[in-house]
Amino acid sequence: MTSHILSDTRVLTARSLRHILRSPDTIITTAVTPIALMLLFVYVLGGAITTGSGGSYINYMLPGILLITIASGIAYTAYRLFLDMQGGIFERFQSMPIARSSVLWGHVLTSVAANLVSVVIVTGVALLMGFRTGASAGSWLAIAGILVLFTLALTWVAVIAGLSAKTVDGASAFSYPLIFLPFISSAFVPTDTMPGPVAWFAENQPVTSIVNTIRALFAQEPIGGDSWIALAWLVGLLVIAYGCANAIYRTKIR
Amino acid sequence: MTTTPTPEPAIRVQGITKSFADLYVLRGVTFDVKAGSIFALLGSNGSGKTTLVRILSTLLRADTGTASVHDFDIATQRGEVRESISLTGQFAAVDDILTGRENLVLIARLRHLKNPGTIADELLARFSLTEAGNRRAATYSGGMRRRLDIAMSLIGNPPVIFLDEPTTGLDPQARIEVWQTVRQLAQGGTTVLLTTQYLDEAEQLADRIAILHRGTIIQNGTLAELKQLLPSATVEYVEKQPSLEDVFLALVGDDDSDHTDNTGDSTTPTGKDPR
Repeated sequence: MTSHILSDTRVLTARSLRHILRSPDTIITTAVTPIALMLLFVYVLGGAITTGSGGSYINYMLPGILLITIASGIAYTAYRLFLDMQGGIFERFQSMPIARSSVLWGHVLTSVAANLVSVVIVTGVALLMGFRTGASAGSWLAIAGILVLFTLALTWVAVIAGLSAKTVDGASAFSYPLIFLPFISSAFVPTDTMPGPVAWFAENQPVTSIVNTIRALFAQEPIGGDSWIALAWLVGLLVIAYGCANAIYRTKIR
Repeated sequence: MTTTPTPEPAIRVQGITKSFADLYVLRGVTFDVKAGSIFALLGSNGSGKTTLVRILSTLLRADTGTASVHDFDIATQRGEVRESISLTGQFAAVDDILTGRENLVLIARLRHLKNPGTIADELLARFSLTEAGNRRAATYSGGMRRRLDIAMSLIGNPPVIFLDEPTTGLDPQARIEVWQTVRQLAQGGTTVLLTTQYLDEAEQLADRIAILHRGTIIQNGTLAELKQLLPSATVEYVEKQPSLEDVFLALVGDDDSDHTDNTGDSTTPTGKDPR
């Protein structure tokens, strides 16, 4: 049965990608909120924010915006998984001789593809708004790698939500805190202007180290110890979320 | 106590129990289903029919007891059981966003068959869904969805099919269509285990009927055997009144070979769809 895991995953990924192509609004709505935030911060608030970095404000805030894009995009994965479980197609798959893990991986790979498209759209708008970077091909690859890792980690969190939700609203509500996490980080303003406890939280939560790493890569500056902290957060979150999601999945399919 | 010399039963259920928390749903269910026959599990809501079907189709594990499907043990040979069965649940398990044809191709691919497109087209034709094949399943009527659902279950010709309340929520015509499909399946040698709460459905279709009540089989026999349980028939003259179903079918003109879709996508160009 395990010999079919790749072909089953491919077939199920194609299925849920087709769902997205049939409702492209899921990609557009994922991109609209970050774009609106970007317009708001650059053209309304940005003039009053001093980042101390010398560069343009859009260069400063794009990394955080990209994380917000992904954090809102993964909610659709929980939603689609929840609908599968409600509709009976999930049970049909489970009663068939297909690789057990393919059912989840189909949704996860679709999430990565859809979120990358949203990220490309948001980055395109940022370029129109004046975002500039001298990043080398290697830096772009590193940024893409971090964003894929971030998407994978959060998608497995979304799988937990999709598998355990009781209602459609519950399936997507978990992502709201994730969307707000970048606001209490170095994504929009430097953390040293924040009062003590808030600054402490901002400096020690994962978004700050991830944002700082991506920002350094865009600016072609040396990436410091932040990159290792970011990597540790991402891999740690991925491992824990993957483990929890699969533990819950096993209780559902026995 | 007649033991008929049949070939190995296609489904053998022995002493299956299942409880959820302290609610006992199945309290020791035992029966055999002969290969190639239609076996109806008759019971009211909450009698445990669906739980039993979920156990036999490997979606749930039994607490105690054993069962085999197509000679494979449901506890230890789950992969082989899944190769041998197909489940049509109570709620049509079709993908609404995909078209009917795409649904069939999806299942054919997941069963690792060659030529999924050809298989899909054949089944669309067999279930009178060719016209609707390229429409999304979300636009189908209840009867069409159920036909598509059953068509998806037939892909790969599994020797054993479980139908959990296959006609619940269907209108009389769609119901008769499903009955015809089930009969054709059994004629082709497929073993069918169906659950139903409709007495007439069991009477119409089943070679054997088992009555599941409060988690145990309280009777199991052919229709004739079950009828003998009651005192022999006395002859009474009762005026034969048409049932409402007879009236309904006569009025709407059910000539049962015609599986037309009843959603209004008629094949005759009526020009009723101004766009």
